[in-house]
Amino acid sequence: MSIDKRIVDDLVANDVSFITTVPCKQLAGVIDEVDARPEIFHIPSNKEDEGMGLCAGAFMGGKRPAIIMQNTAIGVTINTLATLTQYYRMPLPMIISYRGELREPVACQVEMAVHTKALLNQLNIPTYHFHKESDADELDAILKYTFMCNKPVAILTDASFWGGYGDQ
Amino acid sequence: MIRSEILRDIAPILRDQLVICNIGLPSQELHMIDDQPTNFYMLGTMGLSSSIGLGLALSQPKTVIAIDGDGSVLTNLGTLPTIANNVADNYILLIIDNGSYGSTGDQPTYAGKKTSLTAVAKACGCDNVVEVQDKDLGPVLQAAIDGKKQTVIVCKCESGNIKLPVITMDPVVIRDRFMKAVAS
Repeated sequence: MSIDKRIVDDLVANDVSFITTVPCKQLAGVIDEVDARPEIFHIPSNKEDEGMGLCAGAFMGGKRPAIIMQNTAIGVTINTLATLTQYYRMPLPMIISYRGELREPVACQVEMAVHTKALLNQLNIPTYHFHKESDADELDAILKYTFMCNKPVAILTDASFWGGYGDQ
Repeated sequence: MIRSEILRDIAPILRDQLVICNIGLPSQELHMIDDQPTNFYMLGTMGLSSSIGLGLALSQPKTVIAIDGDGSVLTNLGTLPTIANNVADNYILLIIDNGSYGSTGDQPTYAGKKTSLTAVAKACGCDNVVEVQDKDLGPVLQAAIDGKKQTVIVCKCESGNIKLPVITMDPVVIRDRFMKAVAS
């Protein structure tokens, strides 16, 4: 089974039915899979803080939400994470493409990569780093943990996890 | 009319609906005028009232009114294409457009100058966009609720604020009370 399908299977099995996405090349397969599933309402957003607002509304409407985005978005969403998601105590799994790690071909991506874990740590956001494909075995438990504690939780997925960038 | 006068005018219409209310003075005013469990007050996060309201409308069947301001919509202008392309017929975006950033001291916004949010919303693909003058809002809002079609209302009014206290209710209490009202 493809890793994209495994990830979305875990989301569906945990009753996640409202997913917003901002694209990344590494996440393209997951986003396609999210879009194809009838159990999931997929709503692309134009910016990640907008997406977190959508997720907050969906949660209050009784749905389990999730956001799929790049790690550069951590720089965009700190205020929203602190004053909306955390302040009102809402769960939000964040499946994040961790650009700027080993095998990264674009130098500028490294500039946010070096801040990513420090910012998540500063925000007291539980953070999991998927480096090998077998790390995804924990996704089911991470999703259960997220909806148990009503917190945003970060799942960083790096290039090695996705098998590199191909010909990029 | 200024925003607080408008909110007082439409409070009887809002009372029976789910309301997401914008950060700062709009939430403080609505809280003072007619606090209801069906009101979700934003205590932070400028710009996201329309997005929270859309997510809520797409996730359950009750009517949702997101009260926003011209400055806040300009902060999150990407919201309008998302609204246009994800139609929820139980969703009304009410933009109270006074051409200024009221909560921070009435600095002018571009919506009070050359930029028309009505035209922007239409250009983004929103189907039912209504521009209305402050005193005429009540019937237009009621018609949007009764019509059960996604609607963006741009309510033009004067800038100006009243003095009133901040909301001291705990955010988790606001959220919990609101979610119970949504589910009831």
